[in-house]
Amino acid sequence: MESILVLTHADESGFALSKASLEAVTAGKELATQLKASLTIGIVAADAAIVANSLASTGAHLLAVTGEAFNQPRYASDAAACEALCRAAQTTIILVPGTSRFARVAAGVAHRLGGFIDTHITALGGADTVEATRWYYRQRVEAVISRDARPWFLLLDAGTHSAYAGQPGAAQVEQIAAELPALRTIVSGLRAPAQDAQTIRPDVKLLLVAGAGWTKKQPDGQIHVKEAGELILGFLRVTGASLGSSKSLVDQGGEGEPVLPFLTHMNQIGQTGSTPRHAKGLSTCCHGEEPHVVGWRFIADRRAISLDPNCGWARGKADVVYVADAFQVIAKLNALLEAAKA
Amino acid sequence: MPNAVHIVVCAGIVPDPLQTLEPITGPTGPGLKNEMVLPAVLDPWAASSLYEAANLAAKNPGSKLWLVSLGPKAKLQQVMMTVAQKVAFELVPIDGPIGGFPDAHSTAAVLAETIAALPGLDRSKLLLFGGWESATRGAGVTLQLVGERLGITDQFQGVDQIDLREDGSFEVLERVEGGKHQLSVCAGTPAVLGWATGNLAEPRNNPQVGMANMRTIMPALAKAKAAKLEANGLRYLSASLPKQQRTTRVVKDLTPDQIAAELVAWIGAE
Repeated sequence: MESILVLTHADESGFALSKASLEAVTAGKELATQLKASLTIGIVAADAAIVANSLASTGAHLLAVTGEAFNQPRYASDAAACEALCRAAQTTIILVPGTSRFARVAAGVAHRLGGFIDTHITALGGADTVEATRWYYRQRVEAVISRDARPWFLLLDAGTHSAYAGQPGAAQVEQIAAELPALRTIVSGLRAPAQDAQTIRPDVKLLLVAGAGWTKKQPDGQIHVKEAGELILGFLRVTGASLGSSKSLVDQGGEGEPVLPFLTHMNQIGQTGSTPRHAKGLSTCCHGEEPHVVGWRFIADRRAISLDPNCGWARGKADVVYVADAFQVIAKLNALLEAAKA
Repeated sequence: MPNAVHIVVCAGIVPDPLQTLEPITGPTGPGLKNEMVLPAVLDPWAASSLYEAANLAAKNPGSKLWLVSLGPKAKLQQVMMTVAQKVAFELVPIDGPIGGFPDAHSTAAVLAETIAALPGLDRSKLLLFGGWESATRGAGVTLQLVGERLGITDQFQGVDQIDLREDGSFEVLERVEGGKHQLSVCAGTPAVLGWATGNLAEPRNNPQVGMANMRTIMPALAKAKAAKLEANGLRYLSASLPKQQRTTRVVKDLTPDQIAAELVAWIGAE
């Protein structure tokens, strides 16, 4: 008989659970129903009383590790908190949201519990047993796995379940004590680009991906990096889209070639970059090569603008490929979008 | 040399990203078709960590750098022919299976045991480096597990920068959600750092460094211990390529104005 613990944590504000945590709660409820298993939810937060209210209607047993030490993401304190919750809950399955905070500690906690972990889970299935789907080789091979060993930790990819949105209410929370080791790390805070320079927006519907073509010679024989930058930023401004880039474009900075100053390796998608989840993606000036396209695995609706009608996008990777000059199309597109906005 | 550090980089070898991969099922579980003959490279994020490690070691005299790598000896030798020309290190090879399908817990156990036995390693000065995820299994758990096995409770993942201070403490930038970095200050070694891309470009090949490295790499490969990885109850029910092939509409005859108008409608549609 399986029993399920969902680990959750507060978001940056400290007053609500992170979105990925609420997604894990949904996954936990579905799995508990499927397996007819008991459901426990563990909370890590400075103050769990407020955040727990959003879980009042789950019907789950709520546990919490609280205190100022758990206000910030840090391996030593988070691992201690999660370990305490797991030991208190004594479940066979532990679902963990795939946030940077818990991805940092989940494997360590699994080891402390004598358990095993699998990560980047995109789907949970199976009738009497748990079958988990995940990708290998950077989104190129999809596998369904199962494990006999328990406890089994499953780190869920963000965006694979809807966020739990039950009726809030007064929740009963059992406080669990966590034994903290000497804390040698102090979290100083977050370092983010200035608001108008922040180009990575994981929660928006549209992704724009810029390829190396933006910084190559154009039909007039000249490079137009400044204009390319203005067009791309203009598009982001008017649509609120997130910006991704190909590896070749972000690598150019290290190779002394012209660069778009707002692009970093953080923008890079593909085999050595990220695999974002957006409803729509528009590729510009990149050729749809396989290592790049694996970063598009979870983009539902894909369009591309490329001068090459035989590029990789045209071979079943995009829904629509426009054979055109991205400089011209994006300029017209920005003008139309700005006019519509006005 | 107050800031001399002992850096151990864990890095596997992976198929060259440009290769076509085809999963097959063998008697021991899934693998890749012709895996042993696919050209291989050092795992990209782990390679970033190696370059960052070499840079850190060079800035802090008295530091040491080991590269611990698990894979078939023949493939390791092939990959080292290139990697050895990049930066100076001492290779600690472990002769084991290739690929992303073996269990990460078993891999971590072998790596931890090997690191714990490294002659000359001062674990109080240890910085355990590697990629935050591999390009094979991509689980992002092996370094954490090795760190736990070595009793290291200061761990950082998605690292893009480390600044070692004179007092031995260091600042770390870790990637978090939304294109931000979390800034932390750790009192000092030992620590685990799973690297993302970092800030350094790939070093140019240096034949002199390569020759110096190969003098120790070849004997190390010859003496590499064999490791068997347990499955730990992990069962593969299937492993396959994604089947979605889109029916691409290639639009060649529209003007930029017409394309822009079509895209406006597409962006606005639910």
